This record gives sequence, C-alpha cells and structure tokens, in this order.
Amino acid sequence: MTTQEKPSGFAATDVLVSGSDGPDTVEQAQKTSDELQPYAELGLKDDEYAKIREILGRRPTASELAMYSIMWSEHCSYKSSKVHLKQFSEKAPQNTRMLAGIGENAGVVQISEKLAVTFKVESHNHPSYVEPYQGAATGVGGIVRDILAMGARPIAVMDPLRFGAHDHPDTARVLPGVVAGIGGYGNCLGLPNIGGEIVFDPCYQGNPLVNALSIGVLPVERLQKKEATGTGNIVVLLGARTGRDGIGGVSVLASATFDEEAEQRRPSVQVGDPFMEKLLIESCLELYDAGLVSGIQDLGGAGLTCALTETAAAAGTGMRVWLERVPLREASMSPTEILASESQERMLLIVTPENLDAVLQVAEKWGVWATAIGEVTAASTDGTPGRLVITWNDHVVVDVPPGSLADDGPVYQRPIREPNDVMLLQADRAETLPRPSTGDALRETVLRMAASPNLCDKTWVTEQYDRYVLGNTILAQPEDSGVLRIDEETGLGVALSVDGNGRFARLDPYEGAKLALAEAYRNVAVTGAEPVAVTDCLNFGSPEDPHVMWQFAEACRALADGCLELGTPVTGGNVSFYNQTGAAAIHPTPVVGVLGVFDDVARRVPMGFPRPAKAGGDLLFLLGETRVELSGSEWAWVTHGHLGGRPPKVDLAAEQALGKVMAQASKSGLVSAAHDLSDGGLAQVLVESTLRHGVGAKVTFPEDGNSPFVHLFSESAGRALVAVPRGHDKAFLALAAEHGVPVTPLGVTSEEAALEVEGQFTIPLEELRTAWSSTLRDLFGGPAEQPPAPVTSGEVRSVTLELSPQAPGGPIEPPA
Amino acid sequence: MRIGVVTFPGSLDDGDAARAARIAGAEAVRLWHGDPDLHGVDAVVLPGGFSYGDYLRCGAIARFAPVMESIIDAARGGLPVLGICNGFQVLCEAHLLPGALTRNQHLHFRNRDQWLKVEATNTAWTNGFTPGQEILIPVKNGEGCFVADTKTLDALEAEGRVIARYINGNPNGSQRDIAGITNEAGNVVGIMPHPEHAVEALTGPSLDGLGFFTSVLRSLATDGQLAGGQQ
Amino acid sequence: MARVVVDVMLKPEILDPQGQAVANALPRLGVTDVSSVRIGRRIEIDFTGEPDLDRAREIADKLLANPVIEDFEIRVESAAAEVA
Repeated sequence: MTTQEKPSGFAATDVLVSGSDGPDTVEQAQKTSDELQPYAELGLKDDEYAKIREILGRRPTASELAMYSIMWSEHCSYKSSKVHLKQFSEKAPQNTRMLAGIGENAGVVQISEKLAVTFKVESHNHPSYVEPYQGAATGVGGIVRDILAMGARPIAVMDPLRFGAHDHPDTARVLPGVVAGIGGYGNCLGLPNIGGEIVFDPCYQGNPLVNALSIGVLPVERLQKKEATGTGNIVVLLGARTGRDGIGGVSVLASATFDEEAEQRRPSVQVGDPFMEKLLIESCLELYDAGLVSGIQDLGGAGLTCALTETAAAAGTGMRVWLERVPLREASMSPTEILASESQERMLLIVTPENLDAVLQVAEKWGVWATAIGEVTAASTDGTPGRLVITWNDHVVVDVPPGSLADDGPVYQRPIREPNDVMLLQADRAETLPRPSTGDALRETVLRMAASPNLCDKTWVTEQYDRYVLGNTILAQPEDSGVLRIDEETGLGVALSVDGNGRFARLDPYEGAKLALAEAYRNVAVTGAEPVAVTDCLNFGSPEDPHVMWQFAEACRALADGCLELGTPVTGGNVSFYNQTGAAAIHPTPVVGVLGVFDDVARRVPMGFPRPAKAGGDLLFLLGETRVELSGSEWAWVTHGHLGGRPPKVDLAAEQALGKVMAQASKSGLVSAAHDLSDGGLAQVLVESTLRHGVGAKVTFPEDGNSPFVHLFSESAGRALVAVPRGHDKAFLALAAEHGVPVTPLGVTSEEAALEVEGQFTIPLEELRTAWSSTLRDLFGGPAEQPPAPVTSGEVRSVTLELSPQAPGGPIEPPA
Repeated sequence: MRIGVVTFPGSLDDGDAARAARIAGAEAVRLWHGDPDLHGVDAVVLPGGFSYGDYLRCGAIARFAPVMESIIDAARGGLPVLGICNGFQVLCEAHLLPGALTRNQHLHFRNRDQWLKVEATNTAWTNGFTPGQEILIPVKNGEGCFVADTKTLDALEAEGRVIARYINGNPNGSQRDIAGITNEAGNVVGIMPHPEHAVEALTGPSLDGLGFFTSVLRSLATDGQLAGGQQ
Repeated sequence: MARVVVDVMLKPEILDPQGQAVANALPRLGVTDVSSVRIGRRIEIDFTGEPDLDRAREIADKLLANPVIEDFEIRVESAAAEVA
C-alpha cells in the first residue's frame, strides 16, 4: 500500500458536520442531505461520490464516507487491476489441490490427505519508506495474520526486498531499519525466515519495495471461512486494543488552513507488537482446534471497516455493531477513527452465542482482549442481503448494505499505452558492449561481480533473522529455495522461492514477468520439489499513467499464460500501485512466489558442493542451453551501468523438463548439489556453490562457439549447475536425455580450495570469499570481524555423546 | 526420565527443546508459566524466545511467573535446570546464575552456526562432553552479551564455572568469550547458543547439541538422589 | 557542568508495547493501582562550554528522536539536581 493508494486524508471527521455536538448520524444525514462533504480530499471521485449517494438514497454520514473512501480505494477495491487480475481465474490450470483461491485471505493448497498449506506475498512498501523499522515489522505482522485467518499455523516468512542505490545515503537509513524490523517482528514471533531477495537499483530510490511472504500449515478440516453466517451469532474483536494508528489526518481535513495543531497530527505510524501477535496466533489456533469459530477475518490495512463489511458481505447477512464496546487505547477516539484505525494484531471472529464464554476464556488464558462488539443479523425475507448498522452511544452512525462497500466498488478499465521508449530501449542491446577476453580480465570481472551489491554475500542481512526456530528448517537462505519439513513422521515438506527481476520487466514486461515465474519455478525445482502453486506481488507505478498500466497488463497476461502452461495456479497475492516519485515510476516489478511439495524432505538437493566422497571430485554438468544473452544482465549493469536490449528468452516447456529431471535425480539420489543459474550467470553459481562449504572446482568450457565470457556471464534462463558423484553420471545423463534437457560437462569439484577455469584463471577461495563477503558490512557497518569459516563439509559430524544403554538407573531409549 | 519444558507467553523454542529431550531419550513434559506445579519432572529446560515480549529487560518479567517460584526453590535443592538463550536471561534475572545478558555489542540480532569450546564438564548438563571439546551449535540472539563485574568473572573462572566459550569469533561481545556458565552446585546451567537446534542431521549444523540432553539423563541415572529428590 | 537533558517519549497516540508489558506485569507484584505505564529514553548531553539549548534541540530533532513516532523535551539540568 502506498500513500497515494490511500486517500490523502484517509478518514473523515465527525467534527466536519457543522453545528452538531455529537457524531454525524444517519438521521442528520437525512436532514442535511445537501451539506457539502470533503469526498475529494478522501480520494473519492465525483462519480464515485454520486454513486454512494445513489446507494444510500441520501448523503453518507461522516463515518460512512470514510468507510467508502477506504473500501473503494485502490488498495482495497483493486479497481484498476481487477479487469487484468481476472485472467488468473479465467486461465487457471486444472488443479485438484486448491482448497481456497483468489479472494480469500490467502490461497490454500492441499499437500497430503490430511494437510494443506496456505501462502501469500504482500507489499508494505510505502510505510517502510516512511518508518523503515515499523513499516517492515507491521508488513510481516499483516501477512502472518492473513495466513492465520485461513486456519493455519504460520510456519515461516520470506522477504523479497528492493532498495535504491547501494551507496545512496537514504539507503543507509532505509535498509538497516527494514532488516531490523523484519527480524525484530519475525524473530519475536518465532517464525523462521527462510529466504527472500535483496536487490539494489536506483529506480527504487524513494520507493523501496518491502514485500513479505508467509506460509502456514493446517489440517484440511481446520480451514476457516470469513463468512459472518448465522443470525444471532456474536461478532467478537480479538487481540490488541484499538488506537489512532494509521489515522489522524482528521483535523487536517477539519480545518481549511493547516494550523500548527494540524501539523502535529500527521497520520500516525502503525507500531507492531509481535508479542501480542504471538498470543493472538496461539489463541486463534486454540479456538480453531476447539471448534469455537464460525467465521474469522484479520484486520489489515482497512481495519474494522474492511473486516465488518467483508465478513457480512461474504455471507449476505447483516450486522449490528455497538462501536462504543471496542476497547480503545485512547478514550477520545471518534466513531470514524475507530472504524478507520489500522491498529495491528487484531482479528474479527464470528462465534455462536453458546461458544462466547469459551472464546472469552481462551482469550483470557493467553492475555489478549476479546470483546463482543456486535451480532449477525438476518438478510431480508425477500433475499436481499442484510444491512450493516453501527451505533456509537445510541447514535446510528452507519447504515449501509455491506456488499456495496466490499464488492460493488468502482472498476476501471484504465487507458493503456505502450511507452514510446520501449523500442529504443530494446534496440540498445548489451550484447554489443565491450567484454573482457583475457584470463586476467575475466578473473578481475568474476571478483568484481562477486563483490557487487546485488550478487555479494547477504549474510549481513540474513544473520539478523532466526532461521532455526520451530526446528523444521531444512534449507534456508542462501539456498535456492527455503525448504520446510511439515510432517516429522513422514518427511512431507514444502519448498518456496520468491523471485523477480525489475530490469527484465522494464525491457519487456511480458517476458520479464514470465522470467520471474520461471526463475522461482526453477529455484523450487532444482531442490527436487514438485512446483504446485503460485502467489504474486505486483509492484508498479501509477495506474493512472497509461504506460505503467500497459506494463501491468502485460505482466498479468504473462503470469496468467505462464501459470497455465506450467500447471501452477495463482492462488492469491497483492497489487501495489503508485510506487513512483513524481513522474518516475519504478521498474515494473512483479515478484513471484512458487510453492513446491516434497514427499520426503530428506531428498532435498542443496546448492553447495559437498566435500567429494571419491577422489577426483564430483562431476559438474550444466543443464540447459547457454546463449549470448547479456541484455538486462547483472554484468551489463555492474560493468557498464547499461540497461537495454531484450531480456533472455523464456521457454517454460524447457523449465518443466528441467524440473522433471531434477525431481527424478533427487528421488534416485543421483546429484549431490544443484544450483539454479540466474543473476550473474554461471560465474555467480560457481562462487556460491564453492564458498558454501569451501570446496573448490575445476571448470573446463566446451568448444561450442561461446566464449568463456559468455559461458560465465550470460543469463540465459532454464539452466542449472549440478554436481554428480562419480558412478551416477551414466544414469544422470540418461535421465536428462530422456527429458530432452541439454547437458554440458563442465569439469569437477576439487579438494583444492580454489576456483579454476582451465586456460583462463585460478582464484583461491579465500580471495573469492573476501571479495564476496565484505560488501554489505562495508556499506552498512556492524560487526567488524570476519564471519567464521563455514562448516567445512556437507556431511553431518558424529554424535558427540552416546549414552550407554546399560547406564545405571534403568534403560534409556536410544536416540530416535 | 522426564524433562519439563516451560512455556512462557512468548516462548518460541519450547517445541524444539521438547523435541531435543525426546530425541535424547527422555519424556518431555510441558510446564505452563502460570502453573506452579512442576508435575514431578526430573529436570527443567527454560527455552529460548521472548518471554512476555522481553520489552523491559530480557527475562525480567518471566522471572516472576508462578512456575519460576517453584523452579527457583527446586533448583536450590538440586533440580537440574538448563536455561537456553532467553532461559539463560531468566536464570540471571532470578539470580540463580550471576551476571547479566545485555545487548549484543554490534547492536544487531545475530543468527549463525557457532563453534564453542566446552570447559566445565562436571555439571548436570555437560558431563558427557570432554573438556576442551569443540562443538558447533547455532547461536541466535539480540541480547546475548554476557557481562559481570571483574570479581564475579574472576570467581567464575577460578571455580571452573564457565561451561563453554565462543571460539573462532565472539558473536555478541560477551566478556571473556563466555557462552555459558553454571552455578556452584553444577545443577543450573545457562547457555546462550541453542543446543536444541543441533540434534538432527536434517535441520542442524551438527548433532552436538544432543550432548546437553544426554548429559542430564546420565547424571540423573547415575545420581539417584538427584533424580528422585525434587518432587 | 553544562548538561542538557533530553527526554524522548513515544507520541501519545503511538502504541508502546514496552510500557504495556510492564503495566501488565505489575499486578503480579501486587501493584494494582497503576492504570498505564509508558517508557521513554533520557539522554544527557554535556557541552564543553555553556549549555546550548538550541544546539541540543537540533541534535534531538535530527538524531535522538524519530519525529515520525516520538516527541522530545529538553531542559538544562540545574546544579542542584545534579547534586541530588
């Protein structure tokens, strides 16, 4: 969500109504239907305001006006994106795993007879720019509540992040705060952070992208619904008390001039309380398991307004709410403020009257507030949906059809125009740029690229995140995917990756979006998992700019086409518009998350070369085809500051074939390591796979017409580097041939701690590690010492202590 | 053997500690912060996390939980108690262990695989290690910097009450690289790194953490009065 | 000594989880007559010469407080207070 997505004032004020002491009521609205209302300041257009009056048959009250402005905002109504997003449903591949999809709080995918997972990625871009720590923290909190609302226990988070230029002073303000906020919230919540991205590009200066993904697991029968069904059922607000978070533009609106007081009351920042969220999670899960919840919805950006209207609209029922019952942090809050507050760590429950006491007891056990604030009312006897009636101290401040807020918002077919510069941009190809050709120049380039901000070691960031908590993290950053064990008995698990490439999407939003999908799919596939479903966070500039809208339309079309071809449905996600400063929009940045499933995580394939079991090392093979594709590449950007040409070709059938090879290779135990090729090409993969466990490699390029430079730095899609233990090579080559995946032998892993490219250069791993791992620490400070050397081997070391079964005091079960 | 694992509101690694106890061969018993009953357990683990949000000082509020009153009494009577990370902080706040854990010197939360050198092996929780043994255990904390006055530090050293030190780099600025300490009797141990995260080949960097849990089982098995005396 | 004291507090409308946690813990110590606790930071700035309130205000505004969520107050600490 961004500022512009929110109407400038966000909430109207009850004080707006002239000559009245109490709040603006429905009765007053009927009497003073001609009164001027500040709808434009709240971001509503003339025709939108006229439509509200038509729906209500009078002017809206101040509270109603605020509610419409919130629910009909871009953020809540998807009014600009809806017409494009519907392709995700129209082109959705047949998939029997989907239990819930777009429109729910998060998509739910069945992974075994008994278990399902739910996952979703969302943006919290603008709040993270204003106040990096709290913005990023509450971004994590928000997505976790989406997962919780589906009936799932949240089990991990991931964070795709984009910042401005690495050396810009504002990046030094934003990045440490964002990272600390994600860590501060997620660590305190007890959720492992298992992956993400950190990308620097000047286009994100002033518009950092802070996306957050969460995943949860639930028994299939615990799936929750948001419908407020059952006349007479009780509406319960659970969690934190309500404060003036995210509102406060009130007095600014109230006065024509910006006086001093108005200046002091800027919209206030939301502050997260992860401890409260942890208690909220535990209490909700206890309520689900006891079968005490009939319906549930998290309170997100649009607070009570959204939760009340969506739960009622989904069921077609009405609702009666007594607003003065809402527990407040500040007693002086007006009804409009209560309705618009974005206070964190709250959920709305629908419970039957018989269960109310039990619900309140569970809340008390966990020390969270639980308050009955209303009840579900019947739809009309003629079948028209019920009404949402809200009173505040006996004043009727809201009386609306909930569906008019939740479902009947405006929908726009925004003008679309291909930008004039796309053809010029695409003609300016990086393939024509001067390239290094000597061994020394290549060596220097490998070291310089490894140290560049987008390719360097991200430990400075990721070590601020807990990746161990819950004890089910099988792989985490810097691996290609995060892998989690779901079932300790069977080894059932999932793999997750999130990827995006704004530069590729800038050059060609259709191909760029498909490349993001292909990369996330490949990252999951190389671990051996079967990719099954997709979530996306679409970060773009202003939808009112036809050029941006063209980028958006192209990206949506690409993702819908790509997901259909791959058989992986989009299960949900989020759109973030208005990521721009003045007329300059960010690169279109569709971020795609792909979920994969493992029957047994024990067969996951990691990315680091293990210490070879046999003399002569493991054999290295490159899967896929390397073409001269340098446009939009990391090399072109780092070396020449160049962005032009066409992005690499994407072939989803080839990605699928690669995935099948990797899944089978993993099942048959044919590979000891595998790493997807993307930003920085093969060179980057060699850097990461050798440094992971300090195991060297000797690489020999084939005489296939490609120069060593192209082999090292091309970013052709559909490729992975695999290490195959000697003795498995015949079976592996046969498997690749069976699926028609091209294989190039590239050499061997080596006992020698060096990366050697035959005939070109040798770099000792220590030199490589120094170059790769110093960058972020030099930029953002922190611990001066070198990180400790990694565990030197991939295999597990022996158990330090065996307890004698004959120990006095009786037998003790041997370790399981 | 029954090892109790306490859950405070905000405990996060309680499930992991219980799993580690099970893998070591014990029965894990969950203890609730509001319930003073220790349910006859033979040993107690105070797990990692952010008890009560840790908003004031880490462990400061947890120390007053009803279950802690019982644990403090039982620990003084010899019950083996292991405080991991936040649990270590709680033990210091409860004055079962000396010193305090303060914000990491570099001010960042830090999670990494950490080498330790085991020193005191005459405690309930480390008797299965050999002195000088090097082990690899994940560390993850924002306030793990152990501090105490010089007199206390000298006494800890002199009495052989440092159970492990950080080697190959100090992750948080702890004085004298101290990673864990024990009380005079050797039944109460606090350690900043997380042994419960190094008990399975699939999820941990080593299996070294198991040694803490098998140690306490051995000490309970060999020392009947310890095992039976605390109910 | 030329000491200026800066008190930084969260703005009244901003959630203070730290203060809330302390308030919730007090009943366990038998304190039941406290309705709210809010926690801030006290910063002492010693000038080499005369205490410079304007300079201190600038330091507080630019560095010590986060104006997005925090207010601050500054004052010169009197010698008497110092002794006490």
